[in-house]
Amino acid sequence: MNFLSYLISGISLGSVYALIALGYTMVYGIAKMLNFAHGDVIMIGGFVVFTAISSSLTSPALAIICGIVVCTLLGVVIEKIAYKPLRNATPLAVLITAIGVSYLLQNIALLVFGSASKNFPDIFKNMPDWHVTEGLTVSGVTIITIVVTVIIMIGLTLFIQFTKPGTAMQAVSEDRGAAQLMGVSVNSTISLTFAIGSALAAVASVLLCSAYPLLNPYTGAMPGIKAFVAAVFGGIGSIPGAMIGGILLGVIENLSKAYISSQLSDAIVFAVLIIILSLKPTGILGKKISEKV
Amino acid sequence: MKKSFMKKFAAVSMAVMMTVAMAGCGGGDQGESGGASEFVIGGIGPTTGAAATYGEAVKNGAELAVKEINEAGGINGVQVRFEWQDDEHDAEKSVNAYNTLKDKGMQMLMGTVTSGPCTAVVAKTAEDNMFQLTPSGSAVESIKGDHAFRVCFSDPNQGIASADYLAEKFAGKKVAAIYNSSDVYSSGIFEKFSAQAQEKGVEVVTAQAFTKDSAQDFTVQLQKVKESGADVVFLPIYYQEAALILTQADKMGLDVTWFGCDGLDGVIQQLGADASLAEGVMLLTPFVADAEDEKTQAFTAAYKAAYNDLVPTQFAADAYDAMYIIKAAAEKAGITPEMSVSDICEAMKTAMTQIEVAGVTGTMTWSADGEPTKTPNAMVIKDGTYTAVA
Repeated sequence: MNFLSYLISGISLGSVYALIALGYTMVYGIAKMLNFAHGDVIMIGGFVVFTAISSSLTSPALAIICGIVVCTLLGVVIEKIAYKPLRNATPLAVLITAIGVSYLLQNIALLVFGSASKNFPDIFKNMPDWHVTEGLTVSGVTIITIVVTVIIMIGLTLFIQFTKPGTAMQAVSEDRGAAQLMGVSVNSTISLTFAIGSALAAVASVLLCSAYPLLNPYTGAMPGIKAFVAAVFGGIGSIPGAMIGGILLGVIENLSKAYISSQLSDAIVFAVLIIILSLKPTGILGKKISEKV
Repeated sequence: MKKSFMKKFAAVSMAVMMTVAMAGCGGGDQGESGGASEFVIGGIGPTTGAAATYGEAVKNGAELAVKEINEAGGINGVQVRFEWQDDEHDAEKSVNAYNTLKDKGMQMLMGTVTSGPCTAVVAKTAEDNMFQLTPSGSAVESIKGDHAFRVCFSDPNQGIASADYLAEKFAGKKVAAIYNSSDVYSSGIFEKFSAQAQEKGVEVVTAQAFTKDSAQDFTVQLQKVKESGADVVFLPIYYQEAALILTQADKMGLDVTWFGCDGLDGVIQQLGADASLAEGVMLLTPFVADAEDEKTQAFTAAYKAAYNDLVPTQFAADAYDAMYIIKAAAEKAGITPEMSVSDICEAMKTAMTQIEVAGVTGTMTWSADGEPTKTPNAMVIKDGTYTAVA
């Protein structure tokens, strides 16, 4: 009984990680870069939605759309200004730039919104909780998060497999130079990837802040890193892998908190990550890339 | 090869020479403003970064007090200049900030705001024998040395006071604790609390920890508390996490009495629309903005008028008191701006043990080791405000 309730709270934590991990893994899979600013785009999305709702000019639905539009634009602009000039630079330079962008966004938010934490309104208040049995409840936000994550996961997979821009993404992912020679516009494909990734960040921000209603300029940083771990766990670049990795991470974290030590849960999570990566270096669902000689 | 070595050598020696020259300049500045007819009091704290809330509050509180003091004729008839430096809650930056302030002619330090950086800076002020008064550095080591004093309670004192209070008012009840093991403030209070609780016979049924990296989801810890059958939950943590804990406990239907320390001050504003969740939460704290005494009301009104209707927190109150404490000690010691930093410190540290200051955070006296003596008040949140427990 208790085990079940720990499991459920683990899944609800994990579903948030999974949702964020989808954005990470998608950008990595196509642009082959770790966008460490993803967590901070989520934070900006949270603030946009929060501001829109508290101005009481808009309905929550409109506020979410607002957040998606702003984040999408932000993602494209970041890519154009910060990452595009480094297209042919070493991966390390791009990584450092991404960390720089992350700090830049945090500090801009600090200037604009201040350091005090905001209490994010519960948008899904009217969503009924699911009472499985006596004392065992799955909250409405958790159900929505899981449903949204699954929909996005399926949608992304279909988009990449069956649409023309999706096929272009696969081509860019496989061999950028060859794709360009075949007439695929690499720049606009990567821009599109960032646009989608950042729109996903906006969706994640709404669900993250509804589940854990504390919003400040550092809100996105830690969930961002955990979600990155989840993406690596599941096999970075793999979309279903991000989902599995996220849920697993949340469950392991909560079960170790419950049964081993509430202090050591992070250490245990990362120990499990090390074990899995040493057995299966590409993650659970990661593709094995054979080097051609 | 040889040529490039010479080049490097030249560059390095140039750099060394410039540093020396600039250090000389700094010394010159200090001498100059030391002779001017004003007291220069420095302040250090985070006004950017994750702990910026605290630094901003301290800066505001101190500036308000300095403005009032100057309008009323200054300290010993001399005007006060307050110089502030940001340290981003980083020990290294805090030491740099201290050096910058020395270059600006600082004679006394009101800071630093947070415990970790304060512990680093207090070693520097000890070297220079500079008088230091921290408004809010609550770790034991933050005031190491006989030249450093503090306004707030130390962490151990809060833990002991909490255990004593629970032993007295909640005798025979089961107590659980949730604390932040990655934070000096929280774990410092908790350690002393748990030792004192054992001594006083308070039954602690479970102690659950969390770290700053997993401070969003508390369902497991709350579930454990629920299973333990605790009546009272001790929360020696800050209000941001407390707000999340209260929200999640409400969803789980956990019905207990919440009890915390000064870190919980601010939880009502943090909960915003859900402020009703804070009803019945108890806390031991030296300052609440809505208290009914005249001093607090005057301070709250002045603070709100000066800072856009912002409600002062305990940090702002500590800093406001700190400035008046420096004034009281300086008047007792009869210091003048012409005295050297070290002479001022010697005079101030004797005066500190002789004065009694009635501030907005209570009536305080100091022992030679720098700890204040004041009584924490038990408050309970009732109808959305802090009310003294009858």
